[in-house]
Amino acid sequence: MSATIKPVNQKAWFLILPVLICVAFSAVMPLMTVVNYSVQDIISPTQQVFVGTEWFAAIMRDEELHGALLRQLVFSFSVLAVELPLGILLALAMPAEGWKSSAVLVIVSLSLLIPWNVVGTIWQIFGRIDIGLMGYGLHALGIDYSYTGNPVDAWLTVLLMDVWHWTPLIGLLGYAGLRSIPDAYYQAASIDGASKAAVFWYVQLPKMRGVLMIGVLLRFMDSFMIYTEPFVLTGGGPGNATTFLSQFLTQKAVGQFDLGPAAAFSLIYFLIILLMCFILYNWMQRVGTQEKEGGHE
Amino acid sequence: MARIDLDLAHAYSKNPTQDSDYALLPLKMTFDEGGAYALLGPSGCGKTTLLNIMSGLVTPSQGTVLFDGRDVTSATPQERNIAQVFQFPVIYDTMTVAENLAFPLRNRKVPEAQIKKRVGEIAEMLEMSGQLNQIASNLAADAKQKISLGRGLVRPDVSAVLFDEPLTVIDPHLKWQLRRKLKQIHHELKLTLIYVTHDQVEALTFAQQVVVMTRGRSVQVGSAADLFERPSHTFVGHFIGSPGMNFFPGQANSEGYHFAGRTLALPAGRVLPAGEIKLGVRPEYVELVPADSAGALPMTVSMVQDVGTHVMLSAKIADFTIKARLSSDATQLSPGDTVWMKVMNEHTCFYKNEEIVP
Repeated sequence: MSATIKPVNQKAWFLILPVLICVAFSAVMPLMTVVNYSVQDIISPTQQVFVGTEWFAAIMRDEELHGALLRQLVFSFSVLAVELPLGILLALAMPAEGWKSSAVLVIVSLSLLIPWNVVGTIWQIFGRIDIGLMGYGLHALGIDYSYTGNPVDAWLTVLLMDVWHWTPLIGLLGYAGLRSIPDAYYQAASIDGASKAAVFWYVQLPKMRGVLMIGVLLRFMDSFMIYTEPFVLTGGGPGNATTFLSQFLTQKAVGQFDLGPAAAFSLIYFLIILLMCFILYNWMQRVGTQEKEGGHE
Repeated sequence: MARIDLDLAHAYSKNPTQDSDYALLPLKMTFDEGGAYALLGPSGCGKTTLLNIMSGLVTPSQGTVLFDGRDVTSATPQERNIAQVFQFPVIYDTMTVAENLAFPLRNRKVPEAQIKKRVGEIAEMLEMSGQLNQIASNLAADAKQKISLGRGLVRPDVSAVLFDEPLTVIDPHLKWQLRRKLKQIHHELKLTLIYVTHDQVEALTFAQQVVVMTRGRSVQVGSAADLFERPSHTFVGHFIGSPGMNFFPGQANSEGYHFAGRTLALPAGRVLPAGEIKLGVRPEYVELVPADSAGALPMTVSMVQDVGTHVMLSAKIADFTIKARLSSDATQLSPGDTVWMKVMNEHTCFYKNEEIVP
């Protein structure tokens, strides 16, 4: 046999079989089930009708869905708009070394360790005007606050709850990014006469970019799929002021047992998240690194 | 530009009790305006600490730093108006090369037209004119380091420019070029330049005055010739030269110098205090001489290395190895031969307690 021809051993295919089986059972088959539901009308377990793209067409025209999608987008971007700057501020304010830094790290991470439904319960009690500190306090200040009655109050409470729960994540990521900046950068900036703002803008922020990007993607995906916390706090109400996409989907699939439309919408939901993450990721990759026009000749 | 006077000591720990607690032992030093200096020493000898004290990044735990007689011990780097270039390239990732170079000037609110002119000059000097509009983070390490150098040199009115082993990341060919460039810049701009390095070639070619440091203290300040001809401390003898100076422990008395059972006559007019004295001679000044010549010792050749331009000979006498740099015709020697080496001549130095005997 000539040395240039590699020996071929078809048996090697068997080695990837375990992976294929795992992926098939964990991802491909459940997904195909959803695809299967999305193109059929399931009348009873034994009676099914193939309906083609009808469910997709119907769900895309669903007014309720439009409302939920819009609320979801506004909510997710509000979450990012608040948590990102707040998280960066938190990271900048955290002490860099010593026992204080360890203590602060633990305290800051506390909210991340609380299960979602407990967070919902905490805020449900916290916001009550009879026994909750926040609700009672706001009421005492003469503010007519009610997360069960007022849609704006409900929406703001859900936002506040998410900010409380997840800003520490951005803070911790930013803190990790800050700690990885070599001292020489701060020394050089100090010698170059940079102000604090300039150090933040030209040294700290660019160096935190990588971790913040991960933070933004995580927070976007998570907030886009938010379910438990508003479900526990407001149950999607009042009206449907805090009914976001997941809850809308659950109502369809489990509440009304409309498996066809729910499956069709699941696929669309998945594609929306994929698309948004793709756009966000590419935009953030490019921010601050493109060649500048003009400038010095 | 300014004259820098140092009279200080520094310890990183709070309550230094012994010498080893100090990063810098008490020292007094003056850097004249417009001079080119090098701080030379092995890693961990305190040279970077000394540099950071001059730039104001570190405040000395004792003593003062004077710029032109003004006490700046607790002044910030900005107040001292100093420029410093670090070992590894520091660039502002989001800025172009031109913006990077302009940054120290912009922060000091220099008029835009002047900035443009100055950045152009510096880029020209560093041969980076073609890359001015590129984003700095996309460049190679040596180009980034050139930017760092440029940022150090861009301000024409600095008190001094401090370099902390700036050419570590640059490859040898470019290193040579940049070093010449720095010398040229020194001539053109008449800036006070202080250069930290552990590479003696770099220090000796760059600086007019070299400060040799070890273990937190400065052991000699002098020109390249001083350090070579009359090392004032055995450390300097060891550290400068390749290979370093040969040292033999012996005794001196009125008859001459005694070593390995032999007595060598001292050069005419030379007087040594009696007692334990180390003899130091550079490999370059060891001569191959006929048997029983004055000032010579018999030795056994242990190794002969032909380096092309010269021969490095290692020979032994009573457990001590001497290295000699000889002309190429010494190649006929082979290990085991007995040779007579002249170690006593006018270049020979003597050391008592590691310090030179004048």
